[in-house]
Amino acid sequence: MNESWQTAEIPGPKKASLIIKPDIADAIIRRAKRPIMIVGHGIIEYEVEGKKLIDCLIQLARKAKMPVVVTASTSREFAARGFEPAALMSAVDIANRLTDPEWKGFDGRETYDLAIFVGLPYSMEWTILSGLKHFAPGVKTMTLDCVYQPNASWSFPNSTIKDWAANLKGIVANLGD
Amino acid sequence: MNHLSRKGVNVQIKELHSDLAHFRDLSITIGAISREKWEEPMGPTPFPSLTTLRPWDQILLRKYKPFYLPFCDLCCLCTYGKCDLTGTKRGACGISMPSQQSRMVLIAACIGAATHVSHSRDILSHVIEYYGRDCPINVGDTGVEVEAPVVRLVCGIKPETLGDLEPVLDYCENQVTHLLAVTHTGQEGNNLDFESKVLHAGMIDQLGMEVADIAQISALGFPKADPEAGLAELGMGTVDIKKPVILVIGHNVTPATGIIDYLKTNDLTSDVEVTGICCTAIDVTRYSPKAKIIGPISWQLRYIRSGVPDVIVIDEQCVRTDTLTESAHIRAALIATSEKNCLGLPDRTNDPVDDIVAGFVSGEVPGALILDPEKVGEIAVKTARAIAPRRKKQKSLPSRETLVEMAKKCTLCMLCRRACPNDLPVAQAVKAAAGGNLSLLDELYDDCLGCGRCEPACTQKIAVHSLIVAAAEQKTLKETYCIRTGRGAIRDVEIRKVGGPIVLGEIPGVVAFVGCANYPKGSREVAEMCMEFAKRRYIVCTSGCSAMSAGMYRDEEGKTAYERYSGSFEAGGIVNVGSCVANAHIAGAAIKIASIFAKRPLRGNYEEIADYVHNRVGAVGVAWGAMSQKAAAIAAGFWRLGIPVVVGPHGTKYRRMLLGRADKESDWYVYDARSGEKVYGGPVPEHLFFAAETKEEAMVMIAKLTMRPNDTSRGRANKLANYVDLHKRLVGGIPPDISLYVRTPADIPLTMKDEVLNHLHRHGWKEHTIPDPTLLPRMIHTRKE
Repeated sequence: MNESWQTAEIPGPKKASLIIKPDIADAIIRRAKRPIMIVGHGIIEYEVEGKKLIDCLIQLARKAKMPVVVTASTSREFAARGFEPAALMSAVDIANRLTDPEWKGFDGRETYDLAIFVGLPYSMEWTILSGLKHFAPGVKTMTLDCVYQPNASWSFPNSTIKDWAANLKGIVANLGD
Repeated sequence: MNHLSRKGVNVQIKELHSDLAHFRDLSITIGAISREKWEEPMGPTPFPSLTTLRPWDQILLRKYKPFYLPFCDLCCLCTYGKCDLTGTKRGACGISMPSQQSRMVLIAACIGAATHVSHSRDILSHVIEYYGRDCPINVGDTGVEVEAPVVRLVCGIKPETLGDLEPVLDYCENQVTHLLAVTHTGQEGNNLDFESKVLHAGMIDQLGMEVADIAQISALGFPKADPEAGLAELGMGTVDIKKPVILVIGHNVTPATGIIDYLKTNDLTSDVEVTGICCTAIDVTRYSPKAKIIGPISWQLRYIRSGVPDVIVIDEQCVRTDTLTESAHIRAALIATSEKNCLGLPDRTNDPVDDIVAGFVSGEVPGALILDPEKVGEIAVKTARAIAPRRKKQKSLPSRETLVEMAKKCTLCMLCRRACPNDLPVAQAVKAAAGGNLSLLDELYDDCLGCGRCEPACTQKIAVHSLIVAAAEQKTLKETYCIRTGRGAIRDVEIRKVGGPIVLGEIPGVVAFVGCANYPKGSREVAEMCMEFAKRRYIVCTSGCSAMSAGMYRDEEGKTAYERYSGSFEAGGIVNVGSCVANAHIAGAAIKIASIFAKRPLRGNYEEIADYVHNRVGAVGVAWGAMSQKAAAIAAGFWRLGIPVVVGPHGTKYRRMLLGRADKESDWYVYDARSGEKVYGGPVPEHLFFAAETKEEAMVMIAKLTMRPNDTSRGRANKLANYVDLHKRLVGGIPPDISLYVRTPADIPLTMKDEVLNHLHRHGWKEHTIPDPTLLPRMIHTRKE
């Protein structure tokens, strides 16, 4: 279950713990003091049973009161849904800031302790999560993608789009109102 | 070393009796014979060593700190290892993860630089052998007085003949050796010192490239800084497959010139198609306008699998290492021509031509190593003509029926997709083909990198790539584009015309699309970006595989980028400088802006020129499909000049970015050369090495990275107008960071005044002065007493 989606992308001894059910992701989010979600453009194309997965992420962010960073041209989709992200920033830029323990976050208070990634190109997310694994010891990382990302602290296993959608909905449901 | 302009001379005398003295075992070595005629005084850093420019590198690396993205948690370079370097762990030699990553970057840059320098040495030796050391350098019949800006800048010499270029390569070879030595276990231990040496490797790489292109332009009659260099045919559909077809692949044009020469000498030019892939293709069209370019590196497998080439001639760099297997599969003859790429083939250089041809024709011999370009020409042509009639009858790609039958074996295990670098929906396309629907396979063709990794991954042994090419066969026949032949250098007169507008910002920037074809979504994105920036009146340069990709798309009027836009180095021009080694001309143009337009002393004066380029010349390199170690070295050469480089999403696999922090005001102070005060210059350019996630993000970032502290208000307004407009169109809304780039109200584009001012007021914007920027204390003007 903990095989990289791209079969050759094998990092080393430290690999992501598997999220085998949505409750685990939900618990990780609840436990975090300062979570942040980074959403890449890849999320835009996905929909299951007529529902766009980006709507699920917006619900999740709202329920968890979690700031969202959107990369590339993802912001237009969020704006169309009346959701204002905390920042529009490139993936490498936000990741670089997360490695800086002095960075005070977008609200000027303190840095984040949980970074949730979703929707970046697989290899780009792989390398960015590697950067954070090695150089952001104070930041735990989780990916909500449907593919296993070994460099995250926690990752779902490789799964179908349908299972992925069910997992995201499960997390949202668990977070309550 | 300061005045080297001729190769060293060594005289040894065993014993000499004369009236004056009696010598035994006398050895006299003259390092160089100078015939210096250049009046410009020597600058402070001719032939810099590994540490000469370290202070400049440290200035850059303080602004643009490395953000490491380890591609592997381990080091496996010595027998202590493997060592786990995760987090703060250290290896058995004491190395840390940041140092290991920068060490790997340096190894990549050394490989790249060594490859260009070696290529350069081979080209130079070849042309010296044929044309002599005294053959004059000529990169432009008229209007090019600064013939070798990189050589002048780095080495402090002004080469006049081919022989004058030899000491430059001596220096490069010396430096690459030292740089590689740095990566040995137990040498450098500090990541920033590794990074400084990466920049040094980039500079050496730029020298090597410049020498190579100067040598081949001067000796082989390539276009000489010609903005109106002709258009060459581009694409698989341009090949007359009824004729014998030769395919040349690689970067060293010498064997290809042997083929062209043989065809000319024997009046066969119209009888044989010479087609090329990768940079040899670009350079062979500079040598003969009748040659045709198939496409960038990603076309290798698909073109060979199409079965069209009768003879494949490979030279060096970026040639698929399984070419012998592939050529044997289509029963084409393979000729290897480089000592660096022998592929296990027997050396037949000294065998009779007719014996070798006979072996190929009988099909008994799949390939041969022939290290004589003239002989390659004769063998390739004779073989192609002899085997073509037989080969034209064979079908290499699977028929539709076979394709469907093969596809039926697919179990949807998804391993093909999991092997695909772009995560393309390969399995779904194969499964659809099993039901007779080939449209998904046909669509894959556009985004496919041509790496072929899907095939060995397939548990059912389906020739997936062949299925893709077969499904898109009709599409390949329509690949009929054109490319402007590589023109080489930029003329001094062009620099004089645009130098002012560039430095003042009236031309919003120079954007160079360079490098390989590891694109996230096919070639089309490069063409679209080129045309968009040309339309916006940027100066667009192209080279190598990107130059080909730029031509592989037609606009709504059916024109390619090269038909639509001029080849002049001017606003709205799309300037194909040539192959990879011609990248040096793009750096050379930036250097010449400092030297010719701003009259900054060039000779051995790297730091000052780089400081000028970094602070005043709004140039950006874009390597959208950068894949190779050479691309890493090319980028490093631009970084040392302070020119930012944008790569595609695969670029994060280069293991580190060089990112600025726009939110840290203290990082962006410059000296105002007029007053000597340290003043805020703004976060421009924001990054030195940046990976964009999408084409849209890249385009917005390119527009932003052309800004420089020196921009006049008119120039900044022009750059901001493009930045805001692209951001609105491609990302949505006004850029949230625009307040960082407006220094005075006069910087705001007129048509956006109200909107931008509103934004500024909401974000507590403060006006600041426009400096006369420099990062070097010695460049502060001192009052004369």
